[in-house]
Amino acid sequence: MKKKSLMRSIAAAPHIFWAVLFIVLPLIIVGVYAFTDAEGNFSLANIAALTDYVPIFWLSLELSVIATAVCLVIGYPLAYIIAKSSPRAQKIFIMLLMLPMWTNLLIRTYSIMAILDDGGFLNTLLNTSFHIVGTKGAVIFGMVYDFLPYMVLPIYTCVSKIDKHMWEAASDLGCSPVKTMLKVIFPLSMSGIISGVTMVLVPSISTFYISQKLGGGTFELIGDTIERQFVTGALNVGAAISLVMMVLILISITVMNRFSEGDEGGIIV
Amino acid sequence: MSKLIELKGISKSYDGEKVLEGINLYIRDKEFITLLGPSGCGKTTTLRIIGGFETADEGQLYFDGAEISDVPAYKRPINTVFQKYALFPHLNVYENIAFPLRLKKTPEAEIRERVTEMLKMVALSGFENKSVSTLSGGQQQRVAIARALISHPRVLLLDEPLGALDLKLRKDMQNELKSIQKAIGITFIYVTHDQEEALSMSDTIVVMADGEIQQIGTPTDIYNEPKNAFVADFIGESNIIDGVMLEDRKVRLEGHTFDCLDEGFGRGEPVDVVIRPEDVDVVKPEAGMLTGQVTAVTFKGVHYEIIVDIGGFKWMIQSTDYVAPEATIGLYIEPDAIHVMKKSKYSGKFGDYSSFSDELDQLSDADAAEEF
Repeated sequence: MKKKSLMRSIAAAPHIFWAVLFIVLPLIIVGVYAFTDAEGNFSLANIAALTDYVPIFWLSLELSVIATAVCLVIGYPLAYIIAKSSPRAQKIFIMLLMLPMWTNLLIRTYSIMAILDDGGFLNTLLNTSFHIVGTKGAVIFGMVYDFLPYMVLPIYTCVSKIDKHMWEAASDLGCSPVKTMLKVIFPLSMSGIISGVTMVLVPSISTFYISQKLGGGTFELIGDTIERQFVTGALNVGAAISLVMMVLILISITVMNRFSEGDEGGIIV
Repeated sequence: MSKLIELKGISKSYDGEKVLEGINLYIRDKEFITLLGPSGCGKTTTLRIIGGFETADEGQLYFDGAEISDVPAYKRPINTVFQKYALFPHLNVYENIAFPLRLKKTPEAEIRERVTEMLKMVALSGFENKSVSTLSGGQQQRVAIARALISHPRVLLLDEPLGALDLKLRKDMQNELKSIQKAIGITFIYVTHDQEEALSMSDTIVVMADGEIQQIGTPTDIYNEPKNAFVADFIGESNIIDGVMLEDRKVRLEGHTFDCLDEGFGRGEPVDVVIRPEDVDVVKPEAGMLTGQVTAVTFKGVHYEIIVDIGGFKWMIQSTDYVAPEATIGLYIEPDAIHVMKKSKYSGKFGDYSSFSDELDQLSDADAAEEF
């Protein structure tokens, strides 16, 4: 028994070392920076300065919530259709869904910009002159495009695990196909939906690249703000914003987990 | 009792393979009918067609005189207890049972009253707020029955509902199901591969094999008057011997002419003769109609199971008297113990105990259970 636990500690050592070095330590550093001034003295000034960024925060929240909602509306039916198709078709669908993820996010975002830009691919092709890059719509489009697979995959996994007899039992007890969806299948896929929402909302709310490129520099999201702080050397303010964002995300995930309590699986934070 | 459900010429194939072939069957109101057969015989498919989960390729389904072949499951006054119960994991016991009532927007007070009554009937009072995943198999089974019965269906379909339960619980549930059926007075259509279950519960048994109905009858009819070698072998133990009908009430087998009660066969017609192991008396060799050598004796508690070699054909005999292996014994058979059947495509395939072993029997049972 003792030998076994020794073996276990040895086996776990590299992982613990890794986690401490690259997860715990950076978090502590962020915390320290957030509560100190440039000279390293304790200070609450950084936290107090956050009030300046409230409008930016709201804008980020607005765009990411819309993007998440769009992902859910597109993603749920897609995931459902995939889960209900033949095993062969499922493989192809999942492959198609994953394929864009093999391309780097930056390149994908650049490509969208090239396609949608005022003098871009689409405008040239259609001989039109619509203006979309630089609007909120373009940023939302970018978020949806980049993060849709993160919505579809957990829902697909969840729906495909639902016992096929659930559909029959619901129908047997008097549910029309619509009622079957609303009363049985939707509630049973809730853990997948919550995972999907979390996995889209979190990167959307903190993204800076998408808003910089597709926002065309006309507005700033909280991710851009954080990036700007670090680039311009205002490490302490950047750390403070990051810390508050982390806390807010943690709170919202906890709330969502509570929401799906009792469901098996839950979400991986 | 009037016809409640009628199947006319129902056929069904999957990927070009026929699973049901011209099924004609009617089911009377308030009867307990069992579809019995080995796995792959089409009994579950028949049930699923009645429930509305499958559509037949050919033929019609009538309910109370009206055709319902194309009516979807949710519009049929028929409910199902699924093999693996299919309880809704996101709802507790109370809400699972209340589910059909909530769909119909039944007033809250009535829901409470009816769910409470149902829980009492299936002996689960006090389980209202339990999560269904914490229940044992037998308890889940009861919840499934309560959920299926709460909206007062005309027919309850049960697809091997006791398959996942252990033997003791299974016996209890058999009695319970039968008494529930009597108490509420609706039609039960029950699917099983367990002949004992079928014999002890049913008013009518439908024996199926290879996508066809082999015989329909009461349990005693099916047992005493099997129509062919398949039915004789599947229901209980049988020695099935080749014979020749000499004239009415006279059949010749194993070189001896027996008196029997069967009539209406042609003179000299080759037939299958069924003799149940418990209907054979063991006597002294000189007093026997047939003589043979004992090859195996197994003590079964109530009786001994004796395998006897008679002219190369192995018979099974059940007797309360012990006989020694290798002994030569005589067999005495009363005329009413002999049942004569017409030759069928199953002739010669069943009813010989030369390769018989209990172990094999159990193995194939386990296989059959696996498939569901």
